[in-house]
Amino acid sequence: MSLKDSCAIVGLGYTDQGKVPGRSGMSFYLEATRNALDDSSLDIRDIDGLIIQPCPTDRSVTAFTLAEELGINLRYGADQQLQGASACAIIQHAAMAVDAGLCNYCLCAFADTSRSAPQGIVYQVAWGTGAAYGMFGVAASYALIARRYMHEYGITNQQFAEVAVTFRKHASLNPIAQMRNPITIDDYHNSRWIVEPLHLLDCCLVSDGGRALIVTSAERSRSLKQPPVYVMGMGQGHPFEDPMRRSTLTVTGAAESGKKAFAMAGITPEDVDVCAIYDSFTFVVPMQLEDLGFCSKGEGGAFVEGSRIALGGELPINTSGGLLSEAYIQGWVGPHEAVSQLRGDCGERQVPGAEIALVTSSGGVLSTHTTLILRK
Amino acid sequence: MIERNQKPLPRIDEVNRPYWEAAKRHELFLQRCQECDHYRYPPGEICPSCLSDRLEWAKTSGRGTVYTWTVFHQLYHPAFEKEIPYAVVAVELDEGPKLLTNLVDCKVEAIKIGMPVEVIFDDVTEEITLPRFRPVSQSV
Ligand SMILES: [Zn+2]
Repeated sequence: MSLKDSCAIVGLGYTDQGKVPGRSGMSFYLEATRNALDDSSLDIRDIDGLIIQPCPTDRSVTAFTLAEELGINLRYGADQQLQGASACAIIQHAAMAVDAGLCNYCLCAFADTSRSAPQGIVYQVAWGTGAAYGMFGVAASYALIARRYMHEYGITNQQFAEVAVTFRKHASLNPIAQMRNPITIDDYHNSRWIVEPLHLLDCCLVSDGGRALIVTSAERSRSLKQPPVYVMGMGQGHPFEDPMRRSTLTVTGAAESGKKAFAMAGITPEDVDVCAIYDSFTFVVPMQLEDLGFCSKGEGGAFVEGSRIALGGELPINTSGGLLSEAYIQGWVGPHEAVSQLRGDCGERQVPGAEIALVTSSGGVLSTHTTLILRK
Repeated sequence: MIERNQKPLPRIDEVNRPYWEAAKRHELFLQRCQECDHYRYPPGEICPSCLSDRLEWAKTSGRGTVYTWTVFHQLYHPAFEKEIPYAVVAVELDEGPKLLTNLVDCKVEAIKIGMPVEVIFDDVTEEITLPRFRPVSQSV
C-alpha cells in the first residue's frame, strides 16, 4: 500500500521569530505546540506521537523531555536529525507512524535560538582540518559548490540576484518576515562579499524561533477545524556528508528525493502550482529546480530569470520570503508556507487556485535532502 | 594558553597520525586500499570502495588540479585578519581524493579551476607541517 494521501497536516504552529533574545529553545517548542493545537482545534491529550528535530543551541530538549513538559505520555516518539532536511523527513516519519497505526496524532516540532544564543552563531564554526587553512563556517562550503556550479554550467551572480530580489519581494508581503524592505539587483551586487562567489544577500538569515505541526490520518483530518492538506508524495536522497568526498558538487539529493516523491504522488513537475524550495543560499534554488525536473540540468539560472518564480509568475517559489528573507527556522519554513498556500490563507501573497505544492528541505552542505508533495 | 592570534592547528589522532608524520617529512601520504587500490581522504578505518580494512599508507605524486575555490572576505578567526581576502582551494589529487588547502605563489585573481598544482610543505610549528600547493609551471 502506498502512503499517498493516507495522512494530512492539520495544525500549524508559529512563534515570534527573528531576533528574539532571552528565550530558551524549550520555550519556542512549547509556544509552537500551543499554537499548532489552537490552529487544529485538537487538545494536547489527543497528541500521542511526537517527533522533534533537536534544537541546535539546546541539546537538553528531546521528544521525551518535551512530552514531559506538555504533560503527555507518548505512544510513539523520536528525535530525528537530518539537520536542515529534518522538517520534511519528520513529516514523512510522522505519516509512516500514523499510517502504521503506531499513533493517531503526531506532533512534529523544532526550535532554534542561534540568533541570540550566548555561545554565538553555531553555523560559523571551524570544520576539521580545514580551519588550519582558514576554512570556517557553512557559507564557505557552499561557496565551493557555487563556484563549481558557475564553472560547469555558466550560472552567474546576476541569476543569483534574481532569486534574492524575488524572495525579498515576497517577504515584503509577509507580516511575520524578518526582512521586509525590498531590495534591487544593484543592492545585491553592492552587498559585501562574505565568501566569494557569495555576497551577503546570497546567504540566508540566522533566526530565533520555533515551528510545530500536526500529522494525522486522512480520515481523522476531515473532522477538524482546518481544511486538511494531504501528504501526496515523499522522498529522500542523501549525498555524502562531506562535499569534498562527493563525485559531483552540482547534483543535489533532490535528484533522488524528487524522483521518489513524484513517483509516489503520480504527478509531474507541470502539475505543481507553488513551491517552497530550501534556500540556505540563492544558488541552491536553481540547482534543486534542475534536479527536480522543473528544467534541464544547467538551465536553472535561466529558469529563475524574468520573474518566472515570482508571485504572478509561472511557478511561484518561496512566497513567504523563504530562508533568505522570512526567517531561518531550518527546513520548517517551507512546509508551513506550503500548507498555508493550499489552505488559501496567504492573503496578499496567495497563489490563486493553488492545489499542489512541492516542498524541499536540505541539511549540512547539501548533504541530506527530502522532498514532500502536498495537495489540498 | 592559546593566543588569540594563533591559527588553529589540525588535531592529530591515531587514525590520521601517519598523514601528519609524512607531512613533517615533507611527503604527502594517503591511505590506499591493498585490495582495490582506491585512495581515500580523510583517513579512516576501511576502504569505502570495497569495505576492505587492508589499508596502507602510500606516497602520492603530490600533483593535482584546482577543483574549486572560495575567497574569504568575512573574518571568522582573528588570526586570519591580515590575510583577508584569502583563498581556500580544493585540490583534486591525481590519485583521486580532494584536499582543502591554500595556494602559494599565486594571486587570488590568477586562480582557475583545472589549473595544475603541486604540493609544497609549510612548517608552521615544530610539530605541524601543512601541505599547501603551488601552480605547476606550464612550460615545464
Ligand atoms: Zn578497496
